[in-house]
Amino acid sequence: MDRGAQGAPARLPSGAGRPPPRRARGPLAWLRANLFSSAFSAVATLVVATVCAGVLPGAVRWLITRAVYAPDYEACRRLAHRAACWGFVSEKHRLILFGRYPYEEQWRPLAATLLVVAALAVTAHPWAWRRWLLPAWAAVLAAFSVLMRGGLVGLSRVDPGLWGGLPLTVILTLVGVSASIPIGVALALGRRSRLPLVRAASTIYIEMVRGVPLITVLFVASFVFPLLLPQGLRLDVLARVAIGITLFQAAYMAEVVRGGLQALPRGQHEAAASLGLSWWQAQRRVILPQALALVIPSFVNSLLSTFMDTSLVTVVSMYDLTGSLRLSLGDPQWRKFFLEGYLFVGAIYFVSCLAMSRYSHWLERRLGRWARPEALRT
Amino acid sequence: MALVLASAWLARNTRQNLEARQIRSGFGFLAEPAGFDIGEGVVPYTPSDSYLWAFAAGVANTLRVAVAGIALASVLGLVVGIGRLSRNVLVRGLCTAYVEVLRNIPLILQLFAWYTVTTELLPEAATPLELAPRVYLSKGGLQFPVPVWSRGWALALGAAPLGIGSAWALFRWARARRERTGHTPQVLWPAALVAVALPVAGWLAGGAPRALDLPEVTAFNVAGGLGVTPEFLALLVGLATFTGAYIAEIVRSGILAVPHGQTEAAAAVGLSRRQILRLVVLPQALRVILPPLTSQFLNLTKNSSLAVAIGYPDLVSIANTAINQNGQALECVLIIMTVYLALNLLTALAMGYYNRRVALVER
Repeated sequence: MDRGAQGAPARLPSGAGRPPPRRARGPLAWLRANLFSSAFSAVATLVVATVCAGVLPGAVRWLITRAVYAPDYEACRRLAHRAACWGFVSEKHRLILFGRYPYEEQWRPLAATLLVVAALAVTAHPWAWRRWLLPAWAAVLAAFSVLMRGGLVGLSRVDPGLWGGLPLTVILTLVGVSASIPIGVALALGRRSRLPLVRAASTIYIEMVRGVPLITVLFVASFVFPLLLPQGLRLDVLARVAIGITLFQAAYMAEVVRGGLQALPRGQHEAAASLGLSWWQAQRRVILPQALALVIPSFVNSLLSTFMDTSLVTVVSMYDLTGSLRLSLGDPQWRKFFLEGYLFVGAIYFVSCLAMSRYSHWLERRLGRWARPEALRT
Repeated sequence: MALVLASAWLARNTRQNLEARQIRSGFGFLAEPAGFDIGEGVVPYTPSDSYLWAFAAGVANTLRVAVAGIALASVLGLVVGIGRLSRNVLVRGLCTAYVEVLRNIPLILQLFAWYTVTTELLPEAATPLELAPRVYLSKGGLQFPVPVWSRGWALALGAAPLGIGSAWALFRWARARRERTGHTPQVLWPAALVAVALPVAGWLAGGAPRALDLPEVTAFNVAGGLGVTPEFLALLVGLATFTGAYIAEIVRSGILAVPHGQTEAAAAVGLSRRQILRLVVLPQALRVILPPLTSQFLNLTKNSSLAVAIGYPDLVSIANTAINQNGQALECVLIIMTVYLALNLLTALAMGYYNRRVALVER
């Protein structure tokens, strides 16, 4: 039983006999708190530290100090995997980054990608969220299209079937996310509609698409879409896949937007109605601007997941970043240095995704000040 | 109205296209022999079996990798999720690095990498790596010993539900008694004993068979025992490690969602750190964890469709082969969608039932 409950007050030892309190600051205290707080913790520390000490120096040697960087096959072969052969990446980087795009014209995908990335970087700051942003993006996408497709201003024509690597990944992501936002908004409003038919259709679409893997949707895009179109009309594979990704992403976007709509207090609807606004006016002027502002960080997360999802287009034989890496690994001579290739492409994805997720956290904190539902209620 | 018109237009286009390409429509093809081979599976299948049976074999393969993956990912996620909240910096850092790296690289790239590692870096099948006595890992996959099926094992398997049932009954009795008298009988050990002893008794009654089907290294490969192919292995490891990272985040946020006051109150009552985690924090965290966990399980099942990229014969790979053979894309895609939607519905129903059981009981 509890000793304190027995009645007699606990007698404190006299002050002289008490040990001084443990140091709460300084390196020793830090070590004790963070590495040796218990026997279990101490054992874990020792195990992890031993493994790291064993693995890290070797890893650094393999990855950096002893690695071959020049595209020199003989040097790589002599190395016999005792260190990384980044020569594979130096030799194949243009194939990995730009896929089957004609070699002499590859400055075009480079410029197009840099343009889009720069536009993204500008858009990232809330300072740029003004009216000129939409026309600016339309111009950027038009420039991207002209650079990639050619046929204008003296650029030779390049079939979209030859697009590949990073530009393909970037454009599929951008088109997928931006086109899915309006569809997602419509679906989200439809799901909350009072008309039973509209509500049922939206709900069935959203749940059905969310219930099947993206690959199925890509199969639909590459095998079924050609059957649905009237005879004589053809869509190239890039457009079909982009539509597939958009339709898939729209279902998820709808749920994101619905989250924002649900976070808005009822009072907003009632206030809009009492001002005499019609349903459409209320949605456009009152509800949607607030609901969408609430879910801006989720849009960034959608961008991130679409960026990763585009890698699946490899399955329907398009050569995005993942696919063009596989393409370059088809070279029997360099094939054995696949690990370096995967590390390189993995690093590109990792850095981009980490940047996006950090940005989304930053945005959430920054917007949190004015876009939190609690703030709206007051 | 617009919807109906649009569907009619699309249907007309489709009919014309199918006629122009001389592709049949309808599900009649399911009864015909498939003609292609399936590399592995739990369902006995030969190329002369029907398409329907081929799809069934594919579904079985999808379920096989999904169930194994879910089990592995849950364990991994729980361990890493708790590790991310560890007071030890090294453990915490390691778990954070794992989660960040795995979540920020596309799954398909990870699967390609795992598959290439299995088929390129592992030793040849004739000179396998011996992980544990008689457990061999090589380019041919993983091979391990299994007991030879006999009456003793059948009895043990039959007695296992009986043992688990009695253990459960014992717990029910202990709980009823605690609620009646306030005294908690110690039933953990007796229950564990019953649960283990009954199958063992069945095994003994069947003559205590000890014969094992041991894998043997031959001149060319590893023969005997039970094996899984490199495709299955790569897919399983890829799915489990990837989903494990997401589950770890769910576990972590679930634990953080339990107010700190609960931990302090539990400590004030005199519970040990382990007891606090087991009796106070985890049961409450479970309520927060469960809904997102369900969707992760479904995600893993859906992601198992990436098997098509590395050649594991799951439902989608088999549908892909069928489409390439007979061109009936519409029907095959419909079959895939139906199966996945059915799986989703079943999981949602099961989890809904379980969720109601652990949900907060309010007045």
